[in-house]
Amino acid sequence: MKVRVLCRNPDDYVRETKNDIQRVPRNYDPALHPFEVPREYIRALNATKLDRIFAKPFVASLDGHRDGVHCLAKHFKSLSTIISGACNGELKVWNLMNRRCVRTLQAHTGFVRGLCSRFCGTSFFSIGDDKTIKQWKMESPSFEEQEEPIHTILGKTVYTGIDHHWKDDVFATCGQQVDIWNEQRTSPIRSFTWGVDSINSVKFNPVETNLLASCASDRSIVLYDIRQATPLKKVIMDLRTNAICWNPLEAFMFTGANEDYRLYTFDMRNLDIPIMVHMDHVSAVLDVDYSPTGKEFVSASFDKCIRIFPANKGHSREVYHTKRMQHVMCVKWSADNKYILCGSDEMNIRLWKANASEKLGVLAPREKASLNYNEKLREKFQHHPQVKRIARHRHLPKMIYNQSKELRIMKESRRRKEQNRRKHSKPGSVPIISEKKKHIVAVVK
Amino acid sequence: MAGKMELGKEKGLSSDLLSFGMEEEDLFQTEHTLTVSEDENESDDERKHQKLLEAIGSLGDKKKKKLAERTEASLQVSEFAVSSEGANEKIELSDLLGTIKPSASSLKKQLKILEKTNKTLDLPISKEQREKIQRTLAYEKASKEVTKWNQTVRQNRKAEQLKFPLNEEPFTVKPMEQRMAGWKARTPLEHEIFNLLQKNKQPLISPVLTAREQASLRAMSLEEARERRAELQKARYLQSYYEARARRARRIKSKKFHKMMKKVRQKEILKEFEKLRKTNPEAALEELKKMEQARMEERMTLRHQNSGKWAKSKVIMAKYDTEARNAIQKQLEKNKMLTTKVLVPSESEDEVEAEMDRGDTVPDFVNNIETNKVANPWMLGRLNTDAKSSEAQEGEIATPVKIDGNEESDEGEKLSEDEAQLQAFEERRRIRKERDGELAGSSVIVDQSKAEENVKNFDGGKKSTVPDDQGEKKEHLEEDLNEFNHLFQKLIQSKSESTSRNIKKTGQKSKRVRTEKNEDDATVSEEQEEPILNEQLERRRTMEEYDTLGQDEGIDVGAVSTLDTTQIIGNTVESANKSNPKTEVKKKQLINPKDVLMVASKSIELPLVPTAIREENEEQEDQRMVIQEAFASDDVIDDFIKDKKKQINAGKPKDIDLALPGWGEWGGKDLKPSAKKRRRFLIKAAPPPPRKDRHLPNVIISEKRDISVAAHQVNQLPFPFSHQSQFEKSICAPIGKTWNTERATRKLTMPKIVTKMGTIIEPISEEDLIQNRRSTEAKVNQNLRKWRKMQQKKPFH
Repeated sequence: MKVRVLCRNPDDYVRETKNDIQRVPRNYDPALHPFEVPREYIRALNATKLDRIFAKPFVASLDGHRDGVHCLAKHFKSLSTIISGACNGELKVWNLMNRRCVRTLQAHTGFVRGLCSRFCGTSFFSIGDDKTIKQWKMESPSFEEQEEPIHTILGKTVYTGIDHHWKDDVFATCGQQVDIWNEQRTSPIRSFTWGVDSINSVKFNPVETNLLASCASDRSIVLYDIRQATPLKKVIMDLRTNAICWNPLEAFMFTGANEDYRLYTFDMRNLDIPIMVHMDHVSAVLDVDYSPTGKEFVSASFDKCIRIFPANKGHSREVYHTKRMQHVMCVKWSADNKYILCGSDEMNIRLWKANASEKLGVLAPREKASLNYNEKLREKFQHHPQVKRIARHRHLPKMIYNQSKELRIMKESRRRKEQNRRKHSKPGSVPIISEKKKHIVAVVK
Repeated sequence: MAGKMELGKEKGLSSDLLSFGMEEEDLFQTEHTLTVSEDENESDDERKHQKLLEAIGSLGDKKKKKLAERTEASLQVSEFAVSSEGANEKIELSDLLGTIKPSASSLKKQLKILEKTNKTLDLPISKEQREKIQRTLAYEKASKEVTKWNQTVRQNRKAEQLKFPLNEEPFTVKPMEQRMAGWKARTPLEHEIFNLLQKNKQPLISPVLTAREQASLRAMSLEEARERRAELQKARYLQSYYEARARRARRIKSKKFHKMMKKVRQKEILKEFEKLRKTNPEAALEELKKMEQARMEERMTLRHQNSGKWAKSKVIMAKYDTEARNAIQKQLEKNKMLTTKVLVPSESEDEVEAEMDRGDTVPDFVNNIETNKVANPWMLGRLNTDAKSSEAQEGEIATPVKIDGNEESDEGEKLSEDEAQLQAFEERRRIRKERDGELAGSSVIVDQSKAEENVKNFDGGKKSTVPDDQGEKKEHLEEDLNEFNHLFQKLIQSKSESTSRNIKKTGQKSKRVRTEKNEDDATVSEEQEEPILNEQLERRRTMEEYDTLGQDEGIDVGAVSTLDTTQIIGNTVESANKSNPKTEVKKKQLINPKDVLMVASKSIELPLVPTAIREENEEQEDQRMVIQEAFASDDVIDDFIKDKKKQINAGKPKDIDLALPGWGEWGGKDLKPSAKKRRRFLIKAAPPPPRKDRHLPNVIISEKRDISVAAHQVNQLPFPFSHQSQFEKSICAPIGKTWNTERATRKLTMPKIVTKMGTIIEPISEEDLIQNRRSTEAKVNQNLRKWRKMQQKKPFH
């Protein structure tokens, strides 16, 4: 007698271990799965809401300074180490993992104007109002050993900024002129002057390491090449640029944080017109730092908030603020692209997530997949009004809100006035100048 | 020994060269002594040699001059033997020449000549200028240097995924000796083992691979091998492809094809022949060139085109006179003939297209029809047969986005047609306005004059076609037409007003576009770019709060969308910007029916006519006449009423008839269920909700738009998309794993930037520059492979 049975191949349904998920056979025939767009739309909506709900970017506050934090520096080799300098000449080295200060040293009398660590991560430099450049060891001194700098260089003038070369033992300072120093020497190997004004900040190009840019209080941004005897080019803007940062992925792009509430991204080969004007701040922008991926940058402003801008967009995608954070003096994007650090007037250093709703820690593969899916959904449906509305919503403190409203009104009225003037004057006599060109005064060769 | 050898060499050199001065000589001498003292301990031979050398060295003593003794402190102390004694004394060139060896007599001579000539050199340029030049050069150099990153940067920007750190080494198994290199025995056990190994003469760090193997490994990396293989594959593929093509071509039965092929071959043979005919190849070339030249000249000149005086007059006449038209046609044909390239058949298609283009652009009166279209859209529906196609094109380009576009298409045929025409008209008008001028006032003037022109043209064209016996009907329609004309202008006006108001509301968006056209595109986009964030005072933390946020917006959007979709027939001119019009605007858009139909006014002035032209009443009269004629043949109002009825009927819910024929009575062909039965089994539909346009006799408001859905729909085409269908497609393709396979989902949901946890991302380096190049090559190969796969698959399907 033949017995007929239904049979299943155990390979199709038996799990290898009991921790495996059950295999679900699927038929992907689209006719069997209707309403794909509405279903994905709802998922996208939920993903957006969850994203906003989980957007808690503030991670930690590092307190301990006894005056406003004036400058920050990243360690080149260690993610968990940062160095901060305060307005009372105090330097602190922090361990971000423990969120604790590892080392404190009174480096200067007066402000610590600038900090930079050496590319090998063994030492760092600091400059201060006492006209000195000091090189310090990264490791804290052993017991009963004095906190002494490795080298101290006494300068003739006050230095206001310092940056280290990314590959050689060369560093640059700025003050009345831009000096290029060799670490082994006590006098600069080269000095660049162009005009007489004081220079705020100087930055080496991380890619084309011999190039550097500086910004001066005569509203100019100047480019240099340390192999050349002269500066390269100068662009003068409406107002002063406070800080500069080069894009670490695109050798010729840099962004300047300007006093006129805006940031300008330039291509160094064409300084006549900035590539992009980034606006949203309602007060002077004091510092800027690129993410190591070069896709975004973060800016610190006098208006007590920091903003994250996509490098190719004119408006910020994110704004971070807390009640207690005052004027933000300095900001840094961590080298693993995950965190943002900012130092502010009220003596604290704050640690933020670069991606506000990101889950920290190790993710299971399925979790990762679902997060990726959610992100893609949000991207896909980003233009739909509901999704857009939720994704764009941000809370702002009253001060910034009102200020930005006021600025909007001012801008509108200015525009209207110009338009009226154009309307009532000879055609062509009031030319239309684009927003990008408007703030460039001159390019000096 | 080496030291001595060097020394000797230097000696020789020094004697050869211009003597460098005493100091140097002294230095050498001291060196001698040093070397001598060192060598004393060594053998006698060397000592002798040394002596010899010394003797040689002493030979040169005559030439030595003693360093001038410095008796006074002087500012300039030359390291060479020259010193100027006292402040006033100058160094003459002859002083310097004294030290030169006699062998360099030619040099001396030259210098003497130089001494005699009294010409002074030009002043060096000022420091500022010099520095400026230096700066420019340095800047150019630097910018050229960074330009090498262009390719990499572009690639990184375009890349679908960037993995950081960029230059991460692929995980490989390292050979033994590399691992062992930095390793030392530390623990006692290890020491013991090493001792044992050493005792037994076992190799401690024996190379696992022989030198030869290593060389072979170095010769070709995996990547290179892959590339090479891909190249080979490509070559093979191309070969087989060409073979297949040839085979296919041979098998084709079409006579035409073979004829063409034959022609091509003949051409080639001819060419070959020309080449071979080397008796006078230059003459042949000349001939060819001449032909080409003639063609070029013809193309350059405007000789046979419509720009000459005669042609212009003919163009004007063409509207009235068929002969003139024919003449122009002939001339154009001639022009075409003269300008046509002597063709190679393979390129004929392009050429024909180009010709067609030229034909389109050249004659003015061809365009007239189009402009007429602009002037009078209603007419078009009837007269111009290809209006539909053009309108479709227009729709593709200019119609605003509507996700529920199919709703529209469901509506009455003519309605949509008219709408589209109106839209097209409005769009074109807007574009023209933009083009015409920056100032609104002037643009209006230009507009009007153009319209008049068009109308005139139309008039001219029309007269020949409209039969005269329609006079009565014309009169009858005259009033209506006037009114419609008026209505139309008014609509346009109100539309423009509303748009301007919108613009004021929404910011500087399209106003800029309209008035400041010559502003460069970049700035326009910049201006249009809205802030990414919507910053508010209230904080939202929970799902519910975000829900309500969405709902608030939803209501807003709903309101807006209702406005958007109120399709008012006269007013369906939907301009491209669909931003939120306010209620007052809406009221403006709605037309007072009394205005439209009841008022019989002959003296209505066109609202768009500027004051400057207002005096010219005659022209207006002309215009009116023209429009009367234009609308003579169509009964617009009747059509409209019919349309509306149709719409109303379509919108009504239908009665349901449940009567079954043959049930309880006879059934069959031509037999209907009795009236009683029908009455009994008929379920009457509830009356529809009152229409919004029930009190508006001249308006049709579509009821099809669903507000609740509209709140969720996109009402503006987002930036990267150029057409609505693209966007719809992008939305319709699901990315979840419910609809896609695992691998497809993974690929679709791939994040743009991948970073490794706890890893420092270094800035891009030179290696990446090179790597990128390689990877692009690899990618190209990959694509090729993919493409080939596709090609292979196709025949099986």
